[in-house]
Amino acid sequence: MKFKKTLFALAATSALFAGMPAAQADDQFVSLLSYRVGPYGNNGISVFGGWIDYMKLVNAKGGVNGVKLTWEECETEYNNARGVECYERLKGKSPTKGTMIHPVSTGISYSILDKTLADKVPLVMIGYGRTDAVDGRYFPYAFPLVTTYQMQASAMLKFISQRLGGKETADLKGKKIAFVYHDSAFGKEPLEVLRAESALNKFEVVEIPVAHPGIEQTAQWQQVRQAKPDFVIFWGWGAMNSAGLQAAQKVGFPREKMVGVWWSGAEEDTVPAGPGAKGYMAANFGVVGKDIPLIKDIVDTVYKAKQGDMKDESKIGSVLYSRGVLHGLITVEAIRTAQAKFGKRVMTGEEIQWGLEHLKIDQKRLKELGAEGMMPDTKVTCADHEGSGKVMFQQWDGTKWNKITDYLEGNRTLVRQLLDASAKKYAEEKKIQPRDCAAVDAGTETGAANKKTAKK
Amino acid sequence: MEFFFEVLIGGLLSGVMYSLVALGFVLIYKASGVFNFAQGAMVYFAALTFAGFVDMGAPLPVAFVGAFVSMIVLGILTERVVLRPLVNQPQITLFMATIGLAFFIEGLAQIVWGASTRRIDLGITDEPIPYILDRFNMVVSTFDLIAAVIAGALVAVLAAFFQYTKIGRALRAVADDHQAALSIGIPLQHIWAIIWTVAGFVALVAGMLWGARNGAQFALTFVALKALPVLILGGFTSILGAIVGGLIIGSTEKLAEVYIGPMVGGGIENWFPYVLALFFLLVRPEGLFGEKHIDRV
Repeated sequence: MKFKKTLFALAATSALFAGMPAAQADDQFVSLLSYRVGPYGNNGISVFGGWIDYMKLVNAKGGVNGVKLTWEECETEYNNARGVECYERLKGKSPTKGTMIHPVSTGISYSILDKTLADKVPLVMIGYGRTDAVDGRYFPYAFPLVTTYQMQASAMLKFISQRLGGKETADLKGKKIAFVYHDSAFGKEPLEVLRAESALNKFEVVEIPVAHPGIEQTAQWQQVRQAKPDFVIFWGWGAMNSAGLQAAQKVGFPREKMVGVWWSGAEEDTVPAGPGAKGYMAANFGVVGKDIPLIKDIVDTVYKAKQGDMKDESKIGSVLYSRGVLHGLITVEAIRTAQAKFGKRVMTGEEIQWGLEHLKIDQKRLKELGAEGMMPDTKVTCADHEGSGKVMFQQWDGTKWNKITDYLEGNRTLVRQLLDASAKKYAEEKKIQPRDCAAVDAGTETGAANKKTAKK
Repeated sequence: MEFFFEVLIGGLLSGVMYSLVALGFVLIYKASGVFNFAQGAMVYFAALTFAGFVDMGAPLPVAFVGAFVSMIVLGILTERVVLRPLVNQPQITLFMATIGLAFFIEGLAQIVWGASTRRIDLGITDEPIPYILDRFNMVVSTFDLIAAVIAGALVAVLAAFFQYTKIGRALRAVADDHQAALSIGIPLQHIWAIIWTVAGFVALVAGMLWGARNGAQFALTFVALKALPVLILGGFTSILGAIVGGLIIGSTEKLAEVYIGPMVGGGIENWFPYVLALFFLLVRPEGLFGEKHIDRV
């Protein structure tokens, strides 16, 4: 009995420490709030697999200017409370408090927004999260990078107009768009811009929420059938996606008239739906596939050395895997940008904030990295923490995603008005004074100062 | 009016799918008086195992048999490891054990088969039946109809099993009182192993049908949440109640989503059945077909 107990204790201790790379002071430690099990584990496996593979590739090539990356995963199961716990746990693992944090969840992003500001750890939300943080005057440490939900929704309308024979969003006049969305903070983000676009361009939006987790959508798609929309915007995540595609098939709604948010447009969504997904379209960051030089490089360097993170290697080059690679790429480029100013050493959160605020990734740089076309040109400034705002669209042919458009951009003026108003409202509630972005750009202000006015 | 009937029929057919999951709960409850919190996890495990065998190249019948054997092994192990040490313990203890079991099964499924979603193709189309669409302008899916037939057949078989077989009678005796059943020579362990195996079979059928629609994925564990109000309405001990409860919940939640939902912002079908179940609890706590509980004073 005593032997058994000892054995158990040994096994438990080994399990606890297995796979934990020790964070050295001369390594750049990256916190990973991952989810590989639970309702969204199916998606997380590819995202975090791609991300880790990229970091392994960078390390295999000598690190970021000689600085090696280390990381540790903490399983959140896409749960807000666990996300906060993981953030707190991992930030104590290194002097840099985790370098920067990517929650890969809109809910967790909202939950740790204030904490990251207080800790001076940049909160990076690539294609999700708190979108009014594009206004860097009020959100110095939050970066909803590449493209926000609002810009994506606006671009979707332009795309729909083009599919219906028009050119601009204004050509949607008199049309009807159904918006089938996950009834959560994530799903509701684009509502305001859709309503504003609808009022501006005189088309109708029918809003149809789907309660989490969305595995049964018969009633919603019957409502779609009754509404007879010209097009459906599908804003789902996880199990809701394949269920929605099947439900559309069940009521006979053509998938060629459905366009999904980029969290609804991966192989994980279409393959389980089988023939029900053929013809369905979705937004994406850029091209995907195994033929991309960077992906080939990962296979040749990381997988040939049997160091790859993906157990299912057929998913290498998939949509979510590629997105994970981009998470790694953007992380590394931000560190590299910061190093160019502060020196080739481990960067602190404040220094990386500067790096993010001066991040520039264009096609030339992407080509150098072997990732040309994987994401739109992105140039971040103090006033624009988004950096791009463009999306491309892809279509599922039954076996793979194919790019069907170049990058499209929605109504930036309208979207920024809405986001800036929201950011200003937040700042008023929190009594935050705006930073002077002209001074930040000129280099006379360090960039991350966040002054609070005294309470009256 | 056509649309009303379309929603109603769609709801009734969805309700049948809920009933399939509820049936598993009823079986365990009838035999042990325990609410099996792990039923959703069993549906997930069964679906993932079936899909896993298919992905390994097994033909559908072989995959079905393989998955069923896995469910038998799981049922026997559950009886040996979880239930046997808890004979004659309070029901709350058994209930808590099933909570632990749910986490274990969820984890086991993901360790064995991975957390990726697997497609299940049963060869049944999930498209509107052209005749009904053309003639009545109503959408009724072939898949839903076949699922309803399968559920109906399962109910008939299970009802007969409980009513007319020796094992069925033994099951009812065990459900009534573990100790009394043991004292008259009913092998409690065997009975529990059998009932968990039968519940595993029902979970496999439910998992295959739900998985064919959504893929074999973790979210299948949530279908258990759909079965709860069905059980409250139909009664925890009635197989017929599981079907009738499913039909009521399915149809009312869809009608509520379509006709009441837009007035309150939509997305109500998750909580509406629970509100309905709450009203039932107030009026008829044992459910429509449940056994009335009488205490001797």
